[in-house]
Amino acid sequence: MNFWGFSISEARVIDYDKNDKTLAQIMATEVPSSKLCIGCGGCTATCSAGNLTEFNIRKLQMLAKRGENKELQTQLHKCMLCGKCLLVCPRGVDTRRMIWSMLRFINS
Amino acid sequence: MSVIIIGAGPAGCEAAYRLARSGESVELIEKEAEIGGNLNNWYQLFPDRKQAADLKAKLRKNIEHPQIHLHLKSKPVAFSRQGDGTIQLTLDDGALITGKALLVASGFRTFDAHRKEEYGYGIYENVITSVELENAFINHQINTSTGHAPKRIGLIHCVGSRDEKICRLYCSKLCCVTAVKQAIELREMLPEAEILCFYMDMRMFGPGYEEMYREAQEKYNIKFVRGRLSEASEDREKRLIIKVEDTLVGKPLKMTLDLMVLMVGMEPAEGNDQLISMLNLQTAPNGFIQVSDPHSGTNCTHQKGIFVTGCSSSPMNLTDTLTDARSAAVTISEYLNS
Ligand code: SF4
Ligand code: SF4
Ligand code: SF4
Repeated sequence: MNFWGFSISEARVIDYDKNDKTLAQIMATEVPSSKLCIGCGGCTATCSAGNLTEFNIRKLQMLAKRGENKELQTQLHKCMLCGKCLLVCPRGVDTRRMIWSMLRFINS
Repeated sequence: MSVIIIGAGPAGCEAAYRLARSGESVELIEKEAEIGGNLNNWYQLFPDRKQAADLKAKLRKNIEHPQIHLHLKSKPVAFSRQGDGTIQLTLDDGALITGKALLVASGFRTFDAHRKEEYGYGIYENVITSVELENAFINHQINTSTGHAPKRIGLIHCVGSRDEKICRLYCSKLCCVTAVKQAIELREMLPEAEILCFYMDMRMFGPGYEEMYREAQEKYNIKFVRGRLSEASEDREKRLIIKVEDTLVGKPLKMTLDLMVLMVGMEPAEGNDQLISMLNLQTAPNGFIQVSDPHSGTNCTHQKGIFVTGCSSSPMNLTDTLTDARSAAVTISEYLNS
């Protein structure tokens, strides 16, 4: 019961030292091209899921690289694995394989 | 009568050599005991990882040309013109040098990182500058102040550049690529370390630079975080705790580093202001020497017979500096023959 009407907000800061970066390591090994991302947002701009919902594939994979995996649990299932993002990426990131690798991790 | 060149760094040496080869006699003045300028602080050059010492040896050999007279440990102290416009320069040892043209190649100095106090340089032991890292590469030794191999290293871009707080609005141009080069060199020495670059924009403008950035990510596993360091503090183990925003995910981020490298920018050379007032030149808004036209007069100043080259007029990388020196030699030859 929140008697006084006050609550403590959860810290938004990425605590890089404490975060578990296992998924980030798996991604880097399984999909080496994922390391080439420069955060341009081309993938998000073209993504149908991203145009209709909160889903942002650029941001999700960048968060995963910092060990922030929480949003993946609620968001990643929106991806239809259509591969449009793959077609536009200027850095040749194999985005679909990267998403597949993240999906396997959160479902395991 | 000859061409006088102030500064025997890469720009001054290259221009001297080109002028000598085209038949001019050159008086080359250098304040230090050896030539090379800032090149003496570099270990390997980008993008081809050439040894800086090899390039310097080549420059030194070139200026052995019989038409070039090198004055080491000399500074100009007075300037005047004779009736026919001939330039007269008095050196600090009392020597008087005359010439038909004067080329300023006084170069740059690196930003004094103490001025960016919140980054802790000079306060925390494990904060070093990119110049100090180059020197560490020369000695093949990278250790923290407590004598350990660093496990996590952060390279901080834009220290002393693009920052109104220290009155430096311009981009120094070479520190992004230096950071990428140094990150790769660090990786080669420390295969297990985590290495991160914290940048505002990646300005990889030169040939081979963007490719090197790609290679740094893919092959050398260097991580890039877009965000400017706000402040650093030190923990009991002398590690640094840094705070940035990971702007591409829109969240503040904190982490500890064992070693933090500040990518210091370029400033006008020491004595730049005195030189400008002595020669009656104009100061550009960025504090360097103003050229007469940004397209067609990049080696000309507002004074007849006085020219400028290399980082005296704005920050430049080494490739552009050498090109600019050759351009200055052509400009001066044209002037002398007109
Ligand atoms: S594969 Fe997924 S992330 Fe990529 S465009 Fe399709 S729905 Fe979007
Ligand atoms: S398009 Fe490629 S480089 Fe751009 S944000 Fe997406 S994955 Fe990264
Ligand atoms: S080259 Fe890069 S690090 Fe240097 S001032 Fe420009 S943006 Fe900053």
